[in-house]
Amino acid sequence: MNPFQFTRANTPQAAVLAVSKESGAYFLAGGTNLIDLVKREVVIPERLVDINRLPLATIEETASGIRIGAMAKNSAVADHPLIKKHLPLLSMALNAGASAQLRNMATVGGNMMQRTRCPYFYDHSMPCNKRGPVQSGPSKGQPNGPAGCGAIGGVNRMHAIFGTSEKCIAVHPSDMCIALAALDATVNVTGPKGNRSIHFAEFHRLPGDAPQKDNTLLPGELILSVDIPKNELGKYAHYLKVRDRTSYAFALVSVGVAADMKGKTIQDIRLAMGGVAHKPWRLKEAERYLKGKEATLENFKQAATLAMQGAKGYGENDFKLTLAPNSIIEALQIATQTV
Amino acid sequence: MKNEKNPPLDRVDGRMKVTGGAKYFADFAIPNMTYCVIVGSTIARGTITSVDTKKAQGAPGVLGVFTHQNMPPIPGWDGPASKQADGPPPKPDTEEKYRILSSPKILFDGQPIAMVVADTFERATYAASLVKATYSKQTTRTDLEKHKKDEITPRGGDYARGDAKAFESAPVQLESEYTIPIEVHNPMELHGIIAHWTGADQLMVYAKTQGVNSTQQAMAQAFKLDPKNIHVHTEFMGGGFGMGLRTWPQETATVAIAKKVGRPVKLVMHRSQMFTMVGHRPYTAQSIQMGADKNGKLVSIHHAATAETAKYEDFTEATVNMTKFMYDCPNVSTRYRLVRLDRSVPIWMRGPGEATGAFALESAMDEMAHKLNMDPIEFRLKNYSETDPEHNRPYSSKHLKEAYERGAEAIGWKDRKNEPGKSKEDNWLAGYGMSTGVFNAFRWEASARVVLNADGSLVVQSAVTDIGPGTGTALTMIAHNVLDIPFERIKVEYGDTSLPKAPSQGGSAIVSAVGSAVFDTCTKIKNDLFELATKAGAPLAGSKAADLSIENGNVFISNDSSKKVAITELLKANNLPSIAQTADSKGSAELEKYSMYSFSVHFVKVKVNALTGAVRVTKAVSVADSGRIVSPKTAASQMIGGVTGGIGMALTEEAIIDHRYGRFVNNNFADYHVAVHADVPAIETIFIDKPDPIINPMGAKGMGEIALIGFSAAVANAVFNATGKRIRQLPITPDKVMQEA
Ligand SMILES: Cc1cc2nc3c(=O)[nH]c(=O)nc-3n(C[C@H](O)[C@H](O)[C@H](O)COP(=O)(O)OP(=O)(O)OC[C@H]3O[C@@H](n4cnc5c(N)ncnc54)[C@H](O)[C@@H]3O)c2cc1C
Ligand code: SF4
Repeated sequence: MNPFQFTRANTPQAAVLAVSKESGAYFLAGGTNLIDLVKREVVIPERLVDINRLPLATIEETASGIRIGAMAKNSAVADHPLIKKHLPLLSMALNAGASAQLRNMATVGGNMMQRTRCPYFYDHSMPCNKRGPVQSGPSKGQPNGPAGCGAIGGVNRMHAIFGTSEKCIAVHPSDMCIALAALDATVNVTGPKGNRSIHFAEFHRLPGDAPQKDNTLLPGELILSVDIPKNELGKYAHYLKVRDRTSYAFALVSVGVAADMKGKTIQDIRLAMGGVAHKPWRLKEAERYLKGKEATLENFKQAATLAMQGAKGYGENDFKLTLAPNSIIEALQIATQTV
Repeated sequence: MKNEKNPPLDRVDGRMKVTGGAKYFADFAIPNMTYCVIVGSTIARGTITSVDTKKAQGAPGVLGVFTHQNMPPIPGWDGPASKQADGPPPKPDTEEKYRILSSPKILFDGQPIAMVVADTFERATYAASLVKATYSKQTTRTDLEKHKKDEITPRGGDYARGDAKAFESAPVQLESEYTIPIEVHNPMELHGIIAHWTGADQLMVYAKTQGVNSTQQAMAQAFKLDPKNIHVHTEFMGGGFGMGLRTWPQETATVAIAKKVGRPVKLVMHRSQMFTMVGHRPYTAQSIQMGADKNGKLVSIHHAATAETAKYEDFTEATVNMTKFMYDCPNVSTRYRLVRLDRSVPIWMRGPGEATGAFALESAMDEMAHKLNMDPIEFRLKNYSETDPEHNRPYSSKHLKEAYERGAEAIGWKDRKNEPGKSKEDNWLAGYGMSTGVFNAFRWEASARVVLNADGSLVVQSAVTDIGPGTGTALTMIAHNVLDIPFERIKVEYGDTSLPKAPSQGGSAIVSAVGSAVFDTCTKIKNDLFELATKAGAPLAGSKAADLSIENGNVFISNDSSKKVAITELLKANNLPSIAQTADSKGSAELEKYSMYSFSVHFVKVKVNALTGAVRVTKAVSVADSGRIVSPKTAASQMIGGVTGGIGMALTEEAIIDHRYGRFVNNNFADYHVAVHADVPAIETIFIDKPDPIINPMGAKGMGEIALIGFSAAVANAVFNATGKRIRQLPITPDKVMQEA
């Protein structure tokens, strides 16, 4: 770990200024991902700007929905009565992530911004295209370890089956973001050029030719809050996470479902998958297919088939081509209470 | 000793442990301490072409950067080859030798290439990050599956009895292959050492070792010192599971560096280094050929295992041994091979060898029972060995039948359907499985010292380390049983080479070995008291020692308890501030006439999600036939811990290597999955609790290993019963269950 400066910001403006001034400056929220990255020298910061004093931890009802501050802790969001009542999918997804201790530290903003868990990314003696150049210090600008994608042709059991590129097949590891993607959230940010809002579907990106970029946030931009519109999808919701142990493991595949039902008929439905792509993977085709249909195993199977179009395995993760549709069916059955 | 069940006694050091009073090696603070951090190689095979330590040397607080270019010599390692297993010199028949920081050759991933010492841990860590090396890489061989043809036959060789061709004509035949991945002990406590030269030839060591005497021996040899000059202290250990059963090269190197630096040095390794520098359970591929007749009588078993080892040292374990005697089968053969890879050397891990072997044998028994359409317990009973068919001698004790019965009752075996895939629970498939475990019961040599004070309190001393099973509690119980001194007045002192010699904490042997020594020593004290009570002029003068008993602080005449004298009175009357005794204890030649084993039976109930392949153990019952249970409470904890390890072995644990680089990709606690609470259901432990008449005066056999041995097979068998899918490759992760046809 290299020596770095540590500052505390008291206002969002000060935080943005401090981070946009230097290329090697980072916001420090719960630190549960960033500190690991610094210790592993994947991130070599010039400065960490502590944003824990910013007044951004409120969870409140707004005219159009619910607003969650970027500094709200994962556990606080998961346990909040408003969230449990109106957005049970979000609560379930949060509680499926990490461990109780981590959720007590992790923030909503940090969770969205967490980096992939691809092991090659964390070990700079192995090839990875995602690390990008060294951000600060004497080696600034030089590659941080060998280029190439270690996971292609390597250990890729945890890796993506959708939206990959030959540069990178990593997945975004967040559970929370699967719920936010399904629930059509909007991300409110502030930055050197002022405030803007980003639709959640456009927040994370696919690796393409620039796998070092996980999302569309511009340099120096700070997440302020997330808005989730009011919906009628609270009653029939389920977050299914298939993983290698019962708790405290990243998803092999996860599925978030939120539906509005009338009798056996699906009035409206949202579906998103985790553990399968570089971003939360929304299943629009499957949603369109299911809307207005009966909640039956046949329909679920058809929806799962539609959802899997374009999926591609890389060897060790080929099992996801079966596990993913199976998980969609299982999650739909549980959410619609048709098991 | 009273021949009755022992009462449940709370862990005597429990309070200390949960209040922070128990000191682990890294807790010792020595003035002037310095801190050592190891830099590991990032390749698994090749040569260091350059190592740049200049920046590290100039970093704040740095006192020394040691590489193969300036490592101080370890005098005992440079002498003629010896038989010492701990560290170099290597076994003569291996291809390479590994001596830490002695050459630019890299033999395994993570091999230390530099050890950096600074005045704080943080500064040492930073300086270590500044050490940069370049390598000339060579082709890396780390995948056992790809290099099986390079197998070698280790000492011990093959075993066979009966007709080698019997399988071919067996009416019912089974041929199956099983694999166990690399498993890493991963105790919570990180490995390391504090080395403190208190004089030119005086060494104090705080180690993470399962045996202070063995560390003392290793250091004496390495530094050519009289063992008396070396003081090793390890009272508590935050889990060992076998990784502390030898003195690792980096420990010895730290001692050498401490001498050079002239200050005490503390080494605490990083979690990732626990994957490459302190051993592991070796990846092992096994195959079983089993033949039976139509009535379920075994005709033949052939069990073969091929395990990985290092290029520089052959590590062997008893993987195929259980097959030789577990079942009454006339034709049995085993085959054990090693493949030397570019890997660090394995070491025993809880249930060493047998846990690996039992997965194969006990899965195969289940597969065969299924082929025969027989209940798996019935099949085992049909082939029950009443005497040891390997050595043709009786078992010292074996109550396995009762263990099957009681476990079956507790799990609700009668609800099991013999046909797989027929039960459902909460819309998941449900199934039951069972398996047998076995491990040698040892009686090693040990000694103890016991001091009875004039106030009636007792001090029990032995060098043995408590790695967690509750050794202090068990020894308290044994002393209590001989002298009837109240538990709270007994103090056990252990984990220090100033105390009487004891074997390393391993092989489930400590209650038997050290417990016997404590028993014998306490018996000597008892005899001393009887003598004092009966000598001329004493209150019980004229009585014979054989007619006396001791209870409640009094010596009395067994058939007339009104004639008694208080122990405290006896010492006072004789002006004795205390009575001390020491005894060396070992088994008699009589023991050789018997085969001594502890047995276990594991029962599990699982549910399996048919769509996602997720497996949950919903109930576990483990039965131990391990003689008299000395300390029921800590023994139960020991079983629960073993079963938890067994769940990890069955469902989650696997250290994964990218064989292109020979490097681990999940060497941390987030990605190497030990079982978490949510994976572990309520575990019921049952003890047969019948004393073994042969092994030792307590009648106690070991139980640390059998708590885990066989458990993974019980889970695999239950998954089969639930789904009809047979998983022969551990761990049983959702992808395997979901896909397997
Ligand atoms: C062992 C382990 C297991 C885990 N398991 C799971 C799991 O199962 N599921 C899951 O979803 N997650 C899991 N996590 C990840 C965890 O959710 C993230 O580490 C956490 O959400 C990050 O939040 P933080 O506040 O600690 O972020 P930090 O570590 O402080 O920051 C992470 C990144 O976000 C940036 N950042 C933080 N806040 C803002 C902001 N307001 N605006 C702009 N940028 C910001 C930081 O600059 C940094 O780059 C696990 C983590 C660990 C260590
Ligand atoms: S998948 Fe992406 S993160 Fe992983 S090695 Fe390839 S480029 Fe790096």
